[in-house]
Amino acid sequence: MEFKGIVMKWNQTGLMAVAVAALVLQGCSAPVREGDMQDIPVDERSVGVDPGSDGRPGVETGVVQVGEGFFDGRPIEEVMQDPESVLSKRVFYFEFDSAELPLDEQAALEVHARFLASNPRISVVLEGHTDERGSREYNLALGERRAKSIERLLSLLGVGQGQMEVISFGEERPVALGQHEDAWRLNRRVELLYTGY
Amino acid sequence: MDGFMKRIDIRRFGPLLLGMLLLAGQAQARLVIEISGGVEGALPIAIVPFSGELAYDDPLSSVIRANLVRSGRFAPLASEKMPGTPSQAGQIDFSRWRTAGVDHIVIGRTLRQQDGQVQVQFQLFDVLRGVQMAGYSIEVPPQRLRKLAHQISDIVYEAITGEKGAFETLVSYVAVEQVNNERMFRLAVADADGHNEQIILSSRQPLMSPSWSPDGRRLAYVSFEDGRSQIYMQDIVTGAREKLAGFSGINSAPAWSPDGRYLAMTLSRDGQPDIYIMDLASRQFSRISNSPSIDTEPSWAPDGRSLVFTSNRGGRPQIYQQALQGIRPQGSPRRLTFEGNYNARARFSPNGRYLAMVHGEGNRFRIALLDMEQRQLRILTDTGSDESPSFAPNGSMIIYATERNHRGVLEAVSVDGRSQQRLGASRGDVREPAWSPFMARK
Repeated sequence: MEFKGIVMKWNQTGLMAVAVAALVLQGCSAPVREGDMQDIPVDERSVGVDPGSDGRPGVETGVVQVGEGFFDGRPIEEVMQDPESVLSKRVFYFEFDSAELPLDEQAALEVHARFLASNPRISVVLEGHTDERGSREYNLALGERRAKSIERLLSLLGVGQGQMEVISFGEERPVALGQHEDAWRLNRRVELLYTGY
Repeated sequence: MDGFMKRIDIRRFGPLLLGMLLLAGQAQARLVIEISGGVEGALPIAIVPFSGELAYDDPLSSVIRANLVRSGRFAPLASEKMPGTPSQAGQIDFSRWRTAGVDHIVIGRTLRQQDGQVQVQFQLFDVLRGVQMAGYSIEVPPQRLRKLAHQISDIVYEAITGEKGAFETLVSYVAVEQVNNERMFRLAVADADGHNEQIILSSRQPLMSPSWSPDGRRLAYVSFEDGRSQIYMQDIVTGAREKLAGFSGINSAPAWSPDGRYLAMTLSRDGQPDIYIMDLASRQFSRISNSPSIDTEPSWAPDGRSLVFTSNRGGRPQIYQQALQGIRPQGSPRRLTFEGNYNARARFSPNGRYLAMVHGEGNRFRIALLDMEQRQLRILTDTGSDESPSFAPNGSMIIYATERNHRGVLEAVSVDGRSQQRLGASRGDVREPAWSPFMARK
């Protein structure tokens, strides 16, 4: 059987750490690699077909299907609002003047890649932002670089180009105010905004 | 005495502001000037209250006095220290003004005419030599007296310093205000002293990067009104506006060429933010940079033969200069800044010798001036989050945005760094100042 599952790990605090198996593997589930992950319970789930709202399968055949790991049969709207959902992390953070997604953010992004790759009708807006430091126009471009860097990673993981749209707001839409790193780090981000469900 | 004066036809004085008043945007609270630093070596001058001026709002002499103080070049004598209040040449006792320590004296009077116009006569004297340096008689409607005060300030400034004054100019900026839990962005145009603010555009989405056309009639700017950054051009007199660039990706950083025919801008329509030049007549584009890095924030050299822009092609944002052949790039860009790990958003001084820019060291972002001849970088400000420097059209001052008490404010610094002044908006955050060119006068 073709492996279509998501291998997930949850740590004790409830914050998610995720390891994702390669997208399409022949054979059975990929083992979770030991190493940099903590020794925490592994939740390994198989993949089922999630019915769309019209009763037909929500995804086309031949691609990775959405598994119970995402939905447990629940409507997607509910999943999107569920803070426990593996898709709940939809904001990704960056270092100052950098458009490179930090390594520790990448695993969570791969979950989104799998979700999108298996749901080609769902699209996502990648909204890039920066902190307030430096010049506004440079930051507008930097916000775009960040969103494009996410787009590139998602694309490499099988998400269709047509599913993604990049928008930058630069430093114009901060989520945290204040002239200190605690605010700045929250503003250096790309937000994944799902549409089409 | 009239023999000493030139008569000035009011029609020569810029039609712009009148047009803006006709546009009648929502008049907003004005910016308030706060002087934040005194200046050594400023020239002592007396602006004597004009006779009859108190019959009108904004007495002429106080507007002129405030203008001259702001320039950093003058130290006007306080009214209570004046040895008299002459309003005509024959009433001036030069020896007493010499004793009071002033080098120059401005006197004047206002005379209401039967048709409602106000005739203003003023004269500037060299106190040490006891001779007149300038004298004018001008008729204006009462509501234009404030504008006339700026014109008189320009005449006085130029007569004494030999440089053209920039008091009768405008400043455009973006003001952001929280209204019912929603941010409102307003594109504003005000006199250079912060008065007569007119809102020319309001939006719930961000507005940024206003750039003046060289004739002072239009602004190009970036608006997110369609959900992403696009470039618009707006006639500030008629309010007519037009979208110039709405390609996929970012459309931003508009910068008018000195001859007004072209607009340089940043587009990422081809996948990466690069500099392009748009021919405003044909709407054709010429691509200026092609680099996988961020290239943005173009600014034209006053001779139109090169552009500077910000690029992080070397890892960090630095300023580069690209020579132009017409509107095509000629050769490779040359890096201009080497001090500090963050230099961005450069603007040429009107004489082309200096570049003002945002200079970052650690978490401190200040306005710095690069002398293109001496290759020296000088930091002009002592604040920490400064951005968007813009030269006065006479090159004497740089206006920029900074933060004070968690609020965006505008400040101006003289190019020699000696004088600094704050223009604090009465409400909201103010940012993205752009000083207008000298007004077109036909």
